[in-house]
Amino acid sequence: MHIVVPVKLVPDLVEELVIDASGCALDPDTLRLQLNEFDGHAIEQAILLKERGGGQVTVIAPDLEGVDDVLYTAAAKGADRLIKLCDSFGQSVNNHAMARAVAEVIQPLQPDLVLTGVQSHSDLDGAMGPLLAGYLGLPYVGYIAGVTLSDGRATVRKEYPGGLVAELEVTLPAVLGIQAADQPPRYVAFSRIRQAMKTATIEEQTVAALDASGGPVIMRMYKPEVAARATMLDGGPDEVAAKMVALLRELGVL
Amino acid sequence: MSQDIYVVIEHLRGQMADISYVLCAAARQLAAASGGQVVGVLLGHNVQGLAQDVAVDRMIVMDDPQLADFIPDRYQQALAGLLGAQAPRVTLFGDTSIGAELAGGLSVQLGWPLVSYCRSVRADDGRLMYISQLCGGKLMAEGEIPAPHALVAMVPGGFQAEQGKGSQPPPVEMIAPAATAGGRIALKQYIEPESGDVDISKEAILVSVGRGIQNADNIEMVEELAKVLGGVVSASRPVVDQGWLPTTRLVGKSGKRVKPRLYLALGISGAPEHAEAITDSQTIIAVNTDPSAPIFDIARYGTTLDMFDLVPALTEQIRRAKQ
Ligand SMILES: Cc1cc2nc3c(=O)[nH]c(=O)nc-3n(C[C@H](O)[C@H](O)[C@H](O)COP(=O)(O)OP(=O)(O)OC[C@H]3O[C@@H](n4cnc5c(N)ncnc54)[C@H](O)[C@@H]3O)c2cc1C
Ligand SMILES: Nc1ncnc2c1ncn2[C@@H]1O[C@H](COP(=O)(O)O)[C@@H](O)[C@H]1O
Repeated sequence: MHIVVPVKLVPDLVEELVIDASGCALDPDTLRLQLNEFDGHAIEQAILLKERGGGQVTVIAPDLEGVDDVLYTAAAKGADRLIKLCDSFGQSVNNHAMARAVAEVIQPLQPDLVLTGVQSHSDLDGAMGPLLAGYLGLPYVGYIAGVTLSDGRATVRKEYPGGLVAELEVTLPAVLGIQAADQPPRYVAFSRIRQAMKTATIEEQTVAALDASGGPVIMRMYKPEVAARATMLDGGPDEVAAKMVALLRELGVL
Repeated sequence: MSQDIYVVIEHLRGQMADISYVLCAAARQLAAASGGQVVGVLLGHNVQGLAQDVAVDRMIVMDDPQLADFIPDRYQQALAGLLGAQAPRVTLFGDTSIGAELAGGLSVQLGWPLVSYCRSVRADDGRLMYISQLCGGKLMAEGEIPAPHALVAMVPGGFQAEQGKGSQPPPVEMIAPAATAGGRIALKQYIEPESGDVDISKEAILVSVGRGIQNADNIEMVEELAKVLGGVVSASRPVVDQGWLPTTRLVGKSGKRVKPRLYLALGISGAPEHAEAITDSQTIIAVNTDPSAPIFDIARYGTTLDMFDLVPALTEQIRRAKQ
C-alpha cells in the first residue's frame, strides 16, 4: 500500500493579511505560512492506515517558506519519503496549475491512495483533490472523516450537513479529500523532529512549466466592508462581566 | 453554445438544500445580464415533485435509479453529458460536500474554468462578475466569470434563500442521462447522526466554544457557565475533531444550524463554515482576543478579553445575579 499525501502551506489567518501593490494578490513577503489544517489530518490518516495495514507514506509539498519543517515533522510522525516540488511558484499559482504539476509527480509513483486535505482557504479555483483525480483519471470522494482499507477498496465516511454520514466504498487507486482523520493528529515532540532532520532526506523535484488555465483571473482583492461590527465592551474581566449581566437581563435571558 | 445559466439543484434524501435557492437567486442576476434563461438541473430518482418552488425558467430532470443517491462518479458522468451537449454560459453548484466535488471533477473533464467560494455575482457593463471570499472570509476577490463557459461553486451569505423562490412550478423537461457509468464508487449505507443527546438546534441559550479553549480539561469551566445560564455547550469543528465534545454539539456547515436567543461564542474565530449556521441567532456575543476576528462582524456585542479571565468572573456574577 503506497499512500501519497500532497500538502499545502497556507497563510496563518491570525496574522494581518496585506494586499500587494497590484491590488489583486496577497503580499507574499508579509505572509506567515503554516500547514493547511486539513493536511494535518490527511497526514495523520495516512500514518494510521500504514500502522494498521503496512505500507509506505510519501508526503509532497511545494517549496515555500517553512516547507522543510513541515516535511520533517511528517517524517517524525512516520512518513517514509519526502518530496519537495521546486519551481519559482509563489502563493499566486492557481490550483489547476498545481494539480497538473502534482499529477505529473504522482503518476510515476503509482500510488494506491492519494489523500489531500478537503480544501484550503487560500485559492479560488476549487479544491485540488477533485482536480488531481481528474488529471490522474482516478475516482474522488471528499469531505471524509474516517477511512478503512481492505481488498483493494477503501471504505470511507463522507460527511453531509447535520451529522449525516454516507459510507461509500471506493475502488483503489483513488483520491480522497480528508476533512478529519479517524483520530486527532498526533503530537510529536521537537526532539523527534530534530532526529528526523538528521536521518530523513528531502528529495527535490523540479516541476515542468505551470499552466494556469482553468482558474479565473482576480481583478481586485479587498477586505470585506462590514455592515455593522459588534459593540465592544471595554474594561477588565469584572467590569465586562457586569456589563454582560446587564445585557443578559435586557435580553431577557436572565 | 447558449447564454443560459444552469443551476445544479442540490438535495439529499428527499430534502431540498437551502443553497439551491441561493443558486437560483444568483442565476437570475446572471441571466438578466447574459440574456439567457435560468435552467434548473435536477438529478435523482422519483424527484420530480421536489423542486416545485425554485425560481427557474425551466427544469431539466434526469431521472434514473442509478442516480437515486449521490454517487460522485455517476453524477459527474450524467452532468458531463448534459452540460457538454447544452453548453450553458455558466453552471452554478453549491460549494458543499456534493457540489464542490462535482464542479472540480467537471472542470477537468469538460475543460471549463472553475470559480469557487463564490459569495455573490453581479453584472458590470455586460460582463458577468464573481465575488468570492477567501481566507476564511477575511478577504474578498473579484473578477470576471471566464467565457465562454464556466463553473461556479457558491457559498451562502450573498443572497437570501427567499430571493430564489418562485411562485409556480417550472415547466419540466425529462432528459435521460446519456451515461451514469461510474462503478468505482458505491454507497454502502447511511449512518444517522447520533441521537439521545440534547438537540442544539432547539436550545435557547448556547455557550459555544472554539479552539481558543485549548484542551479538554477547560471544557468544565464552560459547562459551569452554561449551567448557571440555563443553557448548553456547543462547539466549533476543531473542538469536536479533537474529541473534546461529541459531534451532536457541532455548530456549522457540517454540523447543525442553530437559532438560539443567545449565542455566546468563546474563542471562535467565525470562519464562514461556522458563521453561516449562526446567523439566525437573536443575539450573538463574542469573546475573542483577536480584534480582527470575523466573529465580531456578525456579533452584536463583543470583547477582546481572554476567555480564561472573563468566564470565571462572568459565571460568578451570573450566579450572584440569580440569587
Ligand atoms: C467543508 C468544511 C466544513 C466545515 N464545517 C464546520 C462546521 O460545521 N463547524 C465549524 O465550526 N467549522 C467547520 N469547518 C471549519 C472551519 O473552516 C474553521 O476551521 C473552524 O470553524 C475554526 O474553528 P475555531 O473558530 O474554533 O478555531 P480558530 O479559527 O482557530 O479560532 C480560534 C479563535 O480563538 C481565539 N482565541 C484563542 N485563545 C483565546 C482566548 N484565551 N480567549 C479568547 N479567544 C481566544 C483566537 O483569536 C481565534 O480567533 C469546516 C471546514 C470545512 C472545510
Ligand atoms: N500547492 C500544493 N501542493 C501540494 N498539495 C496541494 C497544493 N495545493 C493544494 N494541495 C492539496 O489539496 C488540498 C486542498 O487544498 P486546496 O486545493 O487549496 O483547496 C490541500 O489540503 C492539499 O492536500
